[in-house]
Amino acid sequence: MKIGIRLTAILFSVFIATAVCAADKPQVPQLDVGKGGQCVEDPKLMRKIHMNLLKHQRDETMHKGIRGQKYSLADCVECHASNKTNSVLGSNEAFCQGCHTYAAVKLDCFECHTSKRKVTAEASK
Amino acid sequence: MNEVNLDTKPNLDRRDFLTKSSIGLAGLAIAPGMMLFDLAHGRAQDEAVSNKVRWGMLIDNTKCESGCNDCVTACNTENGLSGGTKPTDSQWIRKVQLKDTLTGHVSSLPMMCQHCEHPPCVDVCPTQASFKRADGIVLVDKHICIGCRYCVMACPYQARSFVHEVLTDQKTEVPRGKGTVESCTLCVHRIDKGGTTACAEACSKAGHEAILFGDLNDPESAISKRIRSVASIQVRADLGLNTGVRYEGI
Amino acid sequence: MQSKTFSRYESRYFYALVALGALFVFLGYLAMHTMEEHGHIVTGMNNQIVWGIPHVFAIFMIVAASGVLNIGSIGTIFGQKPYKARSPLAGLVAIALLVGGLAVLMLDLGRPDRIIIAATHFNPTSVFAWNIFLYSGFFTLAALYLWTMLEKRMNVWSKPVGLAMFAWRVILTSGTGMIFAFLVVRQAYGSALLPPMFIVLSFAWGMAVFLVVQAAMYAWNNKTLDPAILSRMKNLLGLFVVSSLYLVAIYHMTNLYFAKQTGFEYFILRDGGTYPMVFWAGYVLLGSLLPLALIYLPSRVNSKVVVSASLLVIIGSFALLYVFILGGQAYPLSIFPGYEVSSSFRDGEIAKYAPSLPEIMLGVGGLAIAFLITIISTRVINSIPHDAAAVAKNDD
Repeated sequence: MKIGIRLTAILFSVFIATAVCAADKPQVPQLDVGKGGQCVEDPKLMRKIHMNLLKHQRDETMHKGIRGQKYSLADCVECHASNKTNSVLGSNEAFCQGCHTYAAVKLDCFECHTSKRKVTAEASK
Repeated sequence: MNEVNLDTKPNLDRRDFLTKSSIGLAGLAIAPGMMLFDLAHGRAQDEAVSNKVRWGMLIDNTKCESGCNDCVTACNTENGLSGGTKPTDSQWIRKVQLKDTLTGHVSSLPMMCQHCEHPPCVDVCPTQASFKRADGIVLVDKHICIGCRYCVMACPYQARSFVHEVLTDQKTEVPRGKGTVESCTLCVHRIDKGGTTACAEACSKAGHEAILFGDLNDPESAISKRIRSVASIQVRADLGLNTGVRYEGI
Repeated sequence: MQSKTFSRYESRYFYALVALGALFVFLGYLAMHTMEEHGHIVTGMNNQIVWGIPHVFAIFMIVAASGVLNIGSIGTIFGQKPYKARSPLAGLVAIALLVGGLAVLMLDLGRPDRIIIAATHFNPTSVFAWNIFLYSGFFTLAALYLWTMLEKRMNVWSKPVGLAMFAWRVILTSGTGMIFAFLVVRQAYGSALLPPMFIVLSFAWGMAVFLVVQAAMYAWNNKTLDPAILSRMKNLLGLFVVSSLYLVAIYHMTNLYFAKQTGFEYFILRDGGTYPMVFWAGYVLLGSLLPLALIYLPSRVNSKVVVSASLLVIIGSFALLYVFILGGQAYPLSIFPGYEVSSSFRDGEIAKYAPSLPEIMLGVGGLAIAFLITIISTRVINSIPHDAAAVAKNDD
């Protein structure tokens, strides 16, 4: 019984050690930032709290009709949609999809919201 | 306790009265001008909606043409609906053909979410996703809609649709998604910018002028003036829901 | 309490049953996955019929769960000894059924991933929201109830907890009825009769399910049930079936007479094709009259006959719920009374619906969940009714 426990502990430690050594250095996804430029907030802050900002803004818009504010999702997409595909989804380099796939966090927004920037009639000519 | 003189402040009653009445008088003098200003410029987009306004529509059954579907087409285009009429397709507005069973008189009218003052859909929604905005528009907050379809069961006008399939290429201003319930939003994205509903606009363009949109709380608006002068009813008025959409000529 | 002729293969049978249950649970999972991936378009539901077969299964299980607990209540509150011996089993089966029913209900949602929102955003005017609160309380109370019965030193608490459980159950089942009763605009539903109707239905369905479970337990453990007890229970089932039939009849009569909803009633009872057929043949004939004959006509009580009657009552319950839930939605709303209407949204038309495979698989998956929980928990917990002492007392 005691040997069994010791053996399991040793095997377990060996397994963990192997896994740690074999793991690659974390690779931050290379994102297509679309139009790029100055984001409404610092990127490090955005990575941390963009969900909270969006959640607060959605309630303001939905229930109080306040539109066109700083943290508007439509404006995020407008800037960050890829210049090639006009979308924030579609590949693991796409702005939203890239990090969300890497972090394995479900992207719920685009079940309902369009992931494409608004292309005006003039621009599409 | 009875001996303490609670009124330790100097007597401000007279001052108070004078202040308040002069503000009131000044207000009365300026108010008409301010109201016009408000109407002309609408609500600022960073200002919350309030119940000072109540949006509604008046639909004239006598002007609605039987074969015309312009309001439906406009709504579909504006909101990114497929326009299909399969049993699983969403329809936010539909033309209903009516035939009086006793007289045989035939007519048609558009039916959409009636934006009730006491919406049954709001009462039954378990998550408060179905809600009434302060300015009277009944909406579905699709962020918290769990898709239980209880509101679809509760609506007296069959106004709600459930999204049965995956949607793509939604309009930017009109998010819609699978598994949630939706209905006429009274073109809230247009109204918030000071515009009018797509159906009213299309009906005007077609020359029928059967749909009149406006502020029911503003006694000087076209819609308020008209409902004061012409008889109009609510559909299923017996339910006591005080709908925002009224019909004349039925 | 093992009989001498206990099967050598009991273990194998048990695991085979678990595997069977797990298979159907897996099929239910597949159905749920398809529905979540592609949306409800894979089902037979549409914008006129938004609640389909999953709701039939779910409401059956939820109502039966409440009714099964009634058997325990008869023992704990009304002091009937044979029923008291059955309280632990009743508690387990009730929990199993409620889990199965809620699983089907929640997985049929358009956005099942958001179910926690029902807890965080609670609407006090919504009966649905109240039911979610009531169901959670049911689990807690049922677990407490089991504890008071299975733990000897807690036995003194079994009566107060049993009383609380009974009250909670009545509120919960009334709540299930109120989900429909508050839909005043639907001719099938806006009736104050529905909460009491659901309570009586719960008694009948709960008793039927319990009789089937009990019979299986006894058969698979090579035990025989005292005919006196079986006779009492089957007579009680008969009483419940008659009461249900009575309330369903009154419900239809009030719809016809007081509410003057003749169009709807003729649709359900005569003209609606599938719905009258399912109602009369499924609920009235197979689900009520035939079981009553099987219960009351035989001179000697026979376990097989009682189980058949119970199974028929269960089939009848599905038939009644099918007509109630689906027929109630199929009939068009009366938006413009006095007018014939038609539109692209099927105003004025009877809505078409056909059950689809994913819906049935999901419903059966829920039954399988209840089945799995029952057989595993009854194997682990000492819940088989111990009647010997009671029978001995009667013989004195």
